[in-house]
Amino acid sequence: MERIAKQNGTSFVKSLLNAWSWLFLVLILGFFEIYAQTQTGSTFVFRVYNLQSIAVAASQILLLALGLTLVIVAGHIDLSIAFSSGLASVVIALVIRAAGPDAGWEIVALAALAGLGAAAVVGLVNGWLVAWLAVPSFIGTLGTYGVARGAALIMAGGATVSIRNEHAREIGNGNLLGFPISLITAIVLALICHYVLQHTRFGAHTYALGANPASVERAGVDVKRHLLILFVISALTAAMGGLIYTFRFSAGAANSGEPILLYAVAAVFIGGASLTGGQGTITGTVIGAFIIAVIQFGLVFCGLPPYWQFVAVGLVIIVAVLVDQSKDRIVGARA
Amino acid sequence: MTELLKVAGLRKRFGGNEAVKNVTFTVNAGECVVLAGDNGAGKSTVIKMISGVHAPTDGLVYLNGELLTGRTPEAVRTAGIETIYQDLALADNLDPGLNLYLGRERTIRRFGLPFLDRKTMRRDAVEVMKSLGIVVPDPSAPVREMSGGQRQAIAIARAIHWQARLVIMDEPTAALGVPEQREVMALIERLKAKGVGIILISHNLPDIFAAADRIIVLARGVVAGERRPADTNDEEIVRMMMGATL
Repeated sequence: MERIAKQNGTSFVKSLLNAWSWLFLVLILGFFEIYAQTQTGSTFVFRVYNLQSIAVAASQILLLALGLTLVIVAGHIDLSIAFSSGLASVVIALVIRAAGPDAGWEIVALAALAGLGAAAVVGLVNGWLVAWLAVPSFIGTLGTYGVARGAALIMAGGATVSIRNEHAREIGNGNLLGFPISLITAIVLALICHYVLQHTRFGAHTYALGANPASVERAGVDVKRHLLILFVISALTAAMGGLIYTFRFSAGAANSGEPILLYAVAAVFIGGASLTGGQGTITGTVIGAFIIAVIQFGLVFCGLPPYWQFVAVGLVIIVAVLVDQSKDRIVGARA
Repeated sequence: MTELLKVAGLRKRFGGNEAVKNVTFTVNAGECVVLAGDNGAGKSTVIKMISGVHAPTDGLVYLNGELLTGRTPEAVRTAGIETIYQDLALADNLDPGLNLYLGRERTIRRFGLPFLDRKTMRRDAVEVMKSLGIVVPDPSAPVREMSGGQRQAIAIARAIHWQARLVIMDEPTAALGVPEQREVMALIERLKAKGVGIILISHNLPDIFAAADRIIVLARGVVAGERRPADTNDEEIVRMMMGATL
């Protein structure tokens, strides 16, 4: 009996610690709501405009963070997503602009494919460097970060590539069933990534790879191919971020993904991933992205200079890591 | 007893260094053969030639009369030889079920998509572990929460589940505490009872005498001698291990 009680005790603490990011999200929403009610007599949470702004910001972070989550679970990192995203953005804008102002759906679709293809090349190079040439992913993807950045800026002539296309604008700013299309894109991709990571053999191998690469190799899995696919997925979700950006602002910008890179990495770690790999979930990353988006929007809402969001997000990252460490100490870790 | 594994005249040369000169022995079904020897005696090289990791410079390996020499490690596994390494090759963050099925996971179809069948894999893991006399406390918990002996059991369960006929164990008790070493010894007995042949690599004398049906001593790449535990003692085994190096 005693033993059962103790087990229940630890599993309660465990589930509480696993749920900390949920609790934290609720807590900061509560904080901003109280601030709104007492200071301005308005509401923070119950205004569609606020929620929509937060959701759009979160989906921007998410698109970069989704594929990255898979890479981090496998024990690697992908810094190049910032410019896989920017490269895709520039390529898409260039194709649409080359087709002229009356370009139809098929041109927009073709442009999207070209953008995704350009990013996929970055992903393939990353996978080749890491899996075949055994370059540490931090260094390898830092290299492709630079190359993709330069390539995008050269193609764009160092400037923003503005476009005028109704179809693109509609996708970037329109609503579907009352929800921004950018948010729906992020949700659909999040569901796909969640399915892949939690429910497929590929996902199980990704977790195993993060914990013990030898276990996967001896189980007969083609580890090189697996890593290659992971980096391509990462580049493609980031490219979707670039695509949404281009359509939203009717402009292709090489640097569009750069400010989001740190937030994307932060979202994955706030969501419970570990730098050593083997841990992390898409659900966690989604919550992480929303925590950051709420902080970003909330601080501006409170009238603080926007620079405070860097400080706040930085502190949250540190807290997230500390919670993760104490979790390991308390319950001996989890999957 | 039926002869399971036959190793004939194995030789391995790495550049100018002849790690294994001439090794011949057999393993019967349900028998535990200990390969004993000092570091550098050629134990690991012999094992790697059996499991297909190294191609022998000379010599042949048969399992149930079937020639295995020249096959890939995967093909050797499929033929029924499973190697359990010291690090056990477990994914610590996954549950026993996924570890049992790692690389061969079971899926079921839902909404037209394949989903991991965690329930069945867990059930099978609990079952195989039970047949080894190990109770899995929480089948959904990652294996890092288990004891060293239980983890060893998962690695062995994997071999049994995939119908290995010969299991090679490389220093299985090296990193374990005393109670867990006993658990592993008990596991070896149960494997033998199932008719599985075992090659155990060890240089721990108490382990050697506890587990072995036959002891084959390697020294400097050759078989220095072969004894039954009842017909020998610590001293003689040590002398044989050292003998060829004197």
